[in-house]
Amino acid sequence: MSLIWILTLILAFAAVGYFAGKARALASSGGKIRDLHSLPSYYGANVALSSLVPSLAVLAVWLLVQPILLESLVVKLIPDNAIAEGSTRDLVMSDVHRVADGLDMAVSNGLLTLEESEEMRAESTDVRKQLGDLGIALGAKVGPEVLAAAQEYRIMRKTGSLWMMMIVLALALVGAFYSYSRTHKDFRARNVVERVILALLIGAALIAILTTLGIVFSMLFETRSFFSQFPAADFFFGTVWSPDFRGDSELGLLPLLWGTLFISMVALLVAVPIGLFAAIYLSEYAGPKMRAVAKLMIEILAGIPTIVYGLFALITVGPMLRDHFAQPLGLGESGSSVMTAGLVMGVMLIPFVSSLSDDIINAVPQAMRDGSLGLGATHSETIRQVVVPAALPGIVGAILLAASRAIGETMIVVLGAGAAAAQMHSGLGALVNPFEAMTTITVKIVSQLTGDTDFAAPETLVAFALGLTLFCITLGLNIIALVIVRKYREQYE
Amino acid sequence: MSDATRHSAPRTSLYTLSPLTKRRNATEKRFKVYGLIAISIGILALLVLLTSIFSNGRSAFMQTYVTLDVLLPAEKLDKNGNRDIEEMKAVSTFGYAPLITNALISRLDEIGFATDLKKKEIGAIVSKEAAAQLRNFVLANPDSLDTTVTFEFLAGGRIDGYMKGRVDHESAALDNKVSPEQLDIVDALIETGSLEKRFNWAFLTAPDASGQRPEAAGLGVAFLGSLYMMVVVLFLALPVGVAASIYLEEFSKQSRLTDIIEVNISNLAAVPSIVYGILGLAIFINFAGLPQSAPIVGGLVLTLMTLPTIIISTRASLKSVPPSIRDAALGVGASKMQTVFHHVLPLAAPGILTGTIIGLAQALGETAPLLLIGMVAFVREYPAGPPEGFFDPASALPVQVYNWTQRADPAFVERASGAIIVLLIFLILMNAVAVLLRRRFERRW
Repeated sequence: MSLIWILTLILAFAAVGYFAGKARALASSGGKIRDLHSLPSYYGANVALSSLVPSLAVLAVWLLVQPILLESLVVKLIPDNAIAEGSTRDLVMSDVHRVADGLDMAVSNGLLTLEESEEMRAESTDVRKQLGDLGIALGAKVGPEVLAAAQEYRIMRKTGSLWMMMIVLALALVGAFYSYSRTHKDFRARNVVERVILALLIGAALIAILTTLGIVFSMLFETRSFFSQFPAADFFFGTVWSPDFRGDSELGLLPLLWGTLFISMVALLVAVPIGLFAAIYLSEYAGPKMRAVAKLMIEILAGIPTIVYGLFALITVGPMLRDHFAQPLGLGESGSSVMTAGLVMGVMLIPFVSSLSDDIINAVPQAMRDGSLGLGATHSETIRQVVVPAALPGIVGAILLAASRAIGETMIVVLGAGAAAAQMHSGLGALVNPFEAMTTITVKIVSQLTGDTDFAAPETLVAFALGLTLFCITLGLNIIALVIVRKYREQYE
Repeated sequence: MSDATRHSAPRTSLYTLSPLTKRRNATEKRFKVYGLIAISIGILALLVLLTSIFSNGRSAFMQTYVTLDVLLPAEKLDKNGNRDIEEMKAVSTFGYAPLITNALISRLDEIGFATDLKKKEIGAIVSKEAAAQLRNFVLANPDSLDTTVTFEFLAGGRIDGYMKGRVDHESAALDNKVSPEQLDIVDALIETGSLEKRFNWAFLTAPDASGQRPEAAGLGVAFLGSLYMMVVVLFLALPVGVAASIYLEEFSKQSRLTDIIEVNISNLAAVPSIVYGILGLAIFINFAGLPQSAPIVGGLVLTLMTLPTIIISTRASLKSVPPSIRDAALGVGASKMQTVFHHVLPLAAPGILTGTIIGLAQALGETAPLLLIGMVAFVREYPAGPPEGFFDPASALPVQVYNWTQRADPAFVERASGAIIVLLIFLILMNAVAVLLRRRFERRW
């Protein structure tokens, strides 16, 4: 029985329970709603919830745990001598999965009967050919051990699913009957239901924490296994980035970090002055109409997905910079460069800087402006000497937030900055040439984790270490920025 | 005080400006101009970006088709003559390609166009996709054998480029995939009406095609994939986000735990999107064993990404419901839970909805995390209908754009920009709905 059916059945139990609970409560008070402790719908909801919540919780946990448990059991079934030279246990296991899925598919398509599929022997039938006819490609000939493991896997999976179905449905029924039997006119149904709902609300709020934990742990584990294969010092202080899946890779962080910082710097040099002046003009000079139109335009800029900026960098900005600046000046031949990515990223950050600064400038008390204007200062003098200094901590916070955005940005640099890591040894000239192609941390995370990946090789695992580094940098910047902004806000509130 | 009197020039009138005042006024004017320049740079950047994308992508919505009468000889397509579909499947697309070439040559004979090009080069005018189209037609209609049927075939990628001005006789002379003589044939075909440019529905519905045939590539699978992911995001992020905000805004007391949650949410909103991709890869695929490239995984990752956005906007709209509403409900005997669910939540609903739509729009355009969970894979099969389809491999609109930028044929630039136009139209629609909702239902208390 498939998952959909189990879910439908549980929902049906809950629905029936709802109406039964309601009816029983009403019956216990002789049909007089006045005599009930709670509204009738609460009695119904109590029955429905006590059937739904435990069964769905168990179902979710079971679905998550069963594959992991089966995996560890089946792995033990494969003897070491069944793993061919050059192959790994993981590869054999994926064959086991494919054979098991293939046999199940053959049965469900009616090509094999259940008995035939279970009695299949590797010695007598060519499993690979039979499954190949079904469109399931297997790497090598299926050995008896693999077939046996696959059969065992199928049996365990089947019994597991059967048990899951029975336990979950039993829980739903038991829950419904238990709360149904407790339904009585004096039963405090509303309080119980509200307590359950509150627990669910808290659970939802905890997902935020779970996400953070998930992020940190998923990267910590893989990073640890990376550092067990590759010395941490070589990663953090290495000056060469040249991954090689055949081994002997040099995975130094510094070239990537330099590329990331360089591009972010260019982006901030574009975004900060433009964003700041735009914010000052909009909050101090612009009339309501101009403000509305210009704010809308800048907000549109903020709503454009980064892939659009990336494509813009790739097909418009890159070639233009190359043809009109880099080649005539003899600085580079490549369309993708620090400048391309930095300029486009700067445009992306304009709305970010301007809307944050706008809020902060607006929070400066009017009395300070009035005082300055009253002393005879012009508008611009007031802004430069009173408003901006007063708003400075907040503006610094906004710039730090923008910097953290720039460092974590992916699509613009993937499409605009190029894939070659900075050459730390080829002299300062190449290193600070903004028309040179340079790669960043995020680009390398993408390139190491897409395509065929082997999760045992340091060349793949390095992506997790890069991710963790990125996470720490942006988190640090965010925390500093938030602290600064919060401190500043308190000053005037 | 002596400073103040030093600048006063006693003999000048108040109506003549002193040099200092002039300088200060000039500074003032300059400062204002800087602000205007900054805003115009921002708006200019927006306009240049949009024009660049639209001028590059507009042509993706048009496609060149060749209309040909093809004779379907039974002795070649059904050698045993018993119209058995299984046996007819033995003839691959290579068996069908010459038929199209022959049809094209006979068409050229009809209009009296003489060429000394080789057969193969004439056939290259029609897309390689055409043979597959013909084969599918024959297998679906075995009775059509030995008759002449009129087909509309896609023209080859370079021919399409010629129709759109990307290729001309000069560049064709340098290109090994197209020759000027072929373009002469195309000119002749245009004159007789056999070859024309039409609106390209296939761009919106067809699946992706290989790097060799950009003319056949479409957004169909990406569309479905994005739709499935948005459904997952909507059904997970909205309830969880609203529940979390209700707890934080209405029930939580100031405690260590709520403090941690609050800081957490504001930090999660600023975590780079690629980190969510790593999370999805490590937890959903490697640990929980969900399939790669599946919309369910993409949807889960995007849900986690959108949650902070939805929570922040939901809390803002819950906060904007005045306390008097709560006091009144509590005053007539409602419980705290009833107050929230019967009174506060309905009043905050428009704001919550607006925030959700904006969150969804963000999720729709997100690319980086999807790259890591395998959505870049080349997928030609449409995912099945829900619920199984959530576990089938699919693509997504922004990832399809990325995919097309990575291909060598320049015709894919046009496709990528066209896909962006489609994506932007969806984003504009979603944001417009959000603005309308806000205008229509928002209450100022």
